[in-house]
Amino acid sequence: MALSHFEFYTPTSVEEAVALLEAKGDNAFIMAGGTDLLIKRRHQIIHPKVVVSLKNIQGLNRISFSQKKGLFIGATALLADACKHRSIKKFYPAIAKAASNTANVQIRNMGTIVGNLCNASPAADNAPTLLALDAELNIHGPNGKRSLLLEDFFVGPGLTALQPSEIVTAVVVPAPRPDSGAAYLHLSARGKIDCSAANAGVFLHLKNKKIDKARLFIGACGPTPMRMRKAEKKLTGSKLTEKLAHQAGQLASRESKPISDLRADEDYRLKMVTVLAKRAIKEAYQLAIANN
Amino acid sequence: MKHEITLNVNGDSYSLAVNPWRTLNEVLREDLNLTGTKLGCGSGDCGACTVIVDNHSVSSCLTLAAEMDQKEIMTIEGLAPSGEELHPIQESFVEKGAIQCGFCTPGMELSAYNLISHNRNPSEVEIRESLSGNLCRCTGYNKIVEAIADSARKMKPKRKKDK
Repeated sequence: MALSHFEFYTPTSVEEAVALLEAKGDNAFIMAGGTDLLIKRRHQIIHPKVVVSLKNIQGLNRISFSQKKGLFIGATALLADACKHRSIKKFYPAIAKAASNTANVQIRNMGTIVGNLCNASPAADNAPTLLALDAELNIHGPNGKRSLLLEDFFVGPGLTALQPSEIVTAVVVPAPRPDSGAAYLHLSARGKIDCSAANAGVFLHLKNKKIDKARLFIGACGPTPMRMRKAEKKLTGSKLTEKLAHQAGQLASRESKPISDLRADEDYRLKMVTVLAKRAIKEAYQLAIANN
Repeated sequence: MKHEITLNVNGDSYSLAVNPWRTLNEVLREDLNLTGTKLGCGSGDCGACTVIVDNHSVSSCLTLAAEMDQKEIMTIEGLAPSGEELHPIQESFVEKGAIQCGFCTPGMELSAYNLISHNRNPSEVEIRESLSGNLCRCTGYNKIVEAIADSARKMKPKRKKDK
């Protein structure tokens, strides 16, 4: 079967984009960088009849930061822009690291952070850290604006809580807190370019060097990036020791539900979750100690 | 409906009407006959189709031509300053034996150009990372990395000695 031919629209406002999606129905797809959408079309996973590009909407590529409001990453802000953004590197190094671990140079010059989230791959590089950091999504739709916790966004592989004709316009991360740290680690067969076989994002907040709040998310080991509540509970209330980090890693491994696929076997993934979680927890703890 | 676009490729301006589903790769190769840009995997993995758009490297196989209106595009045909002389990157690729079958070379050289135009003094690690999106099945990469390091040295602006 031939690849689908589509109409192509470049609206200049979010409202116009939403109206187009409403008018064109199910076969209309939103495109930011196109690095997932056009591959899926080429592999005939989707057959778009209409593609609506967000690129011409002014201001949607904005990345901004303030100590009060936190970090704002617009829907068409490139992965490459996030990697080198000064405030992201300074206040959210784990976000910069996850962005720079995504795909390769060319794809980072085209693809977006929000697009990586909306593609809803269980292995999405940018999901675990943003989840751990309590990020929220700004969503525009036919009924106006709403915001949604990123934690409530992922429903299954490639599936999100977006309603028909809704568009994610930005991801917003709360202001950085003193005595806190976040870390991102990932593992893949080749180390670069290829999809993660497992990844971990963690956020820790300390009070008198004891962990007061812990959020740990593991990616590529379940249908969505998964929150590891038992590990979080284990960490909360204690100072971090090598033993505690290892125990939390083991709990995360027990909670995760990986499959075997071409990226890694189930057994290997289970073992690596322990290691990645443990290392990410230790890294976040060190950052939190340094960050008071 | 076709989209009317103007592409600025290697300093030349082209006005075209393109179907919206056509990629920049197809338009460069088929309409403009600039076949130096290759098509490998078509999925953004191999980098054979790399071109420079507004000073950043992208995969032309995943770029819609309709989105390229008014953009400055550089392909491998535009790398050498004239048709006669090689660009320092090309020179180094030849000198260091970084070319075997040659299919990855246009993409490799444009990734090198992208790196050096944003980082005048790249380390070996930075060079290798800059090639994360370019596959070569012949050379084993070492000679390519050497060639890029060599060309970066050549391209460094010379210090003015005495005023």
